[in-house]
Amino acid sequence: MSSSLTYAYYPGCSGLGTSIEYDQSTRAICAALGIELVDIPDWSCCGSTPAHTVDHTLSAALSARNIAQAEELDVQGIITPCPSCLTNLKTASHRMEDPEFKEKVNKLLDKPAENRLPIMSVLQVISEKVGPEGVAKKVVSSLEGLRVAPYYGCIMNRPPDVMDFDDCENPVAMDELMAALGADVAPFPLKVECCGASFGVARKDIVAKLSGKLLDAAEDVEAHAMVTACPLCQMNLDLRQDQINSANGSTHDMPVFYYTQLIGKALGLDAKSLQMDKLCVPPAKAFRKMEEARRANAS
Amino acid sequence: MNIVSLSNSYDADFVSAVEKESKQNVSLCYQCGNCTAGCPYTHFYDIPVSQVMRLVQAGQRETALSCKSIWLCATCESCTTRCPNEIDVARVMDVLRHMARRAGYAPEPKVKTFTDSFLSSVEKHGRVFEMGLMATYMSKTGRFLTDADLGPKILPKGKLSFKPHPIVGKEQVANIFKRYNEERNS
Ligand code: SF4
Ligand code: SF4
Repeated sequence: MSSSLTYAYYPGCSGLGTSIEYDQSTRAICAALGIELVDIPDWSCCGSTPAHTVDHTLSAALSARNIAQAEELDVQGIITPCPSCLTNLKTASHRMEDPEFKEKVNKLLDKPAENRLPIMSVLQVISEKVGPEGVAKKVVSSLEGLRVAPYYGCIMNRPPDVMDFDDCENPVAMDELMAALGADVAPFPLKVECCGASFGVARKDIVAKLSGKLLDAAEDVEAHAMVTACPLCQMNLDLRQDQINSANGSTHDMPVFYYTQLIGKALGLDAKSLQMDKLCVPPAKAFRKMEEARRANAS
Repeated sequence: MNIVSLSNSYDADFVSAVEKESKQNVSLCYQCGNCTAGCPYTHFYDIPVSQVMRLVQAGQRETALSCKSIWLCATCESCTTRCPNEIDVARVMDVLRHMARRAGYAPEPKVKTFTDSFLSSVEKHGRVFEMGLMATYMSKTGRFLTDADLGPKILPKGKLSFKPHPIVGKEQVANIFKRYNEERNS
C-alpha cells in the first residue's frame, strides 16, 4: 500500500496552458505538504462544459476514461485542482452508481471503468487531510497585512449531494487556509456567484457583467487581492480585467491569485514554482499594500 | 411570457421525454421562483428558468426548445442547490439543450460553434488544444477579432502552446466519439 496521502492527479487541459501557474504551484505545495501526486497515465480531456451540454453519456464517458486510467494506480483517490474537471469526474462517478447508466458509459470505452475511487478537489484534500493547523505549522513567511477576498466560483461545492464538500452557500475552506497563512480575510459576499464561465469567447458581455460585479464587490470589501481556486474564474477576472473595465467604465486593478500561489509564498517556496509572473494584473501592488498594512499595525 | 393555449398545444410526449432523460419529476415544481431569483443569467435570458420549468410542465415543446435561455445556462447549479422540491433544475436545462440540438435549434449560434469547436478539438487530440480551438472558432464564426486584444497580454507569458498536446490514447478518445455517434444514429 502506498503512503497515506498518495493520489492520482488529474491536471486538466488548462493546466498545460492558460492556468499553468495553478498546476505548477499545486504540485509545489502538495510536495511541501506531504501529499504525493501521481499523474494519471495518459489522461485525456473530461469534455468540460461543452460535453455535458451535448450529452450526458458522452460527457460521463470522457471522464470515465480517466477514472479507468487512474484505477491502474495504487492510490487513495483521484484529485484535481480544477472545479470544472472535478464536477465532470464527480458527476460521472455519481451517475455511474446506477448500473444501467454505468453500462451505457462503459460501452463507449475501450477499457471499462470500475468506478471505485473517491474523487476530490486538491482544496478538499489540503483542507481536510492537512488542515489549516497543519499548513500554519509550515508557514515561514506570514501573509499578515494582506487583505484577501476568497472567491470559490459556482461549482466547487454545488450541488451539495454530488460535491459533498464544505458549505454550498458559504464555503470556508479557502478562508480558513488564508487565515492560517496570517492573511486578513475579507467577508466576501459573492463567494459562489458565477463569473460568466466559458462565455468569455462567445458572449463577452456576460462575463463583463458577472465578473465585473465580483471585482466591484472585492473592491467594496477593500481587498488587496482576490483568491481563486478555478482556472476559468481566474482567467475571466485576471486576463479579461481590462475588457471588463472598458465594458463597464470601471478602473479595477485587482490582482487575482490562485490560493496555491499564496500558500506557496507563505511556505517560502521559490518563485519559479509559484509563477507569479504569469498573472496578468501584476501582484506586486497587493504585496506593497500588505507591507503598508503591517507598518500601520506596528506603529 | 405569452399566454399559451393548453388545449391545442399540450405535448404529453415532450413532458415524459424530458422527465425520462433528466430523471426529474417536473410536476413537483410549484413555481416558487427560487431558481430564477438565484440565477445569475436571468438578465440575459429570454425566458427565466422558472418559466422554462412551467413551459415543460405545460408541454410547450416548441417554445421551450427554441428559447435562448437553455443555451446560456452556465450550469452554475444555483437553481438545483436552492430548489425547495429538490428538482435538479440545471439537469433539466441541460436535457432541454440536448433536445434542442437534436431538433436543430440554435438561437445562440456562437455558443453552439464554441461548444462544437471545443469537442472537435478533444475528439482530434484527446485533449483541448487552446490555440487550435480559437482558430477553429474564429474561422467558423468569421470573428477574427475575437479576443485579439488579449494576445499581447497572454502571448508573452508563454502559457499558450502553438502545438497540440497529443496523447498516446487519442484513438481511444476518438473511439468514444465514434461509438457515441454510431449509437445515436442507430
Ligand atoms: S425553485 Fe424549484 S419549485 Fe421553485 S420555481 Fe424553481 S424549479 Fe420550481
Ligand atoms: S444552472 Fe443555469 S438556470 Fe440554473 S441558476 Fe445557473 S445559469 Fe441559471
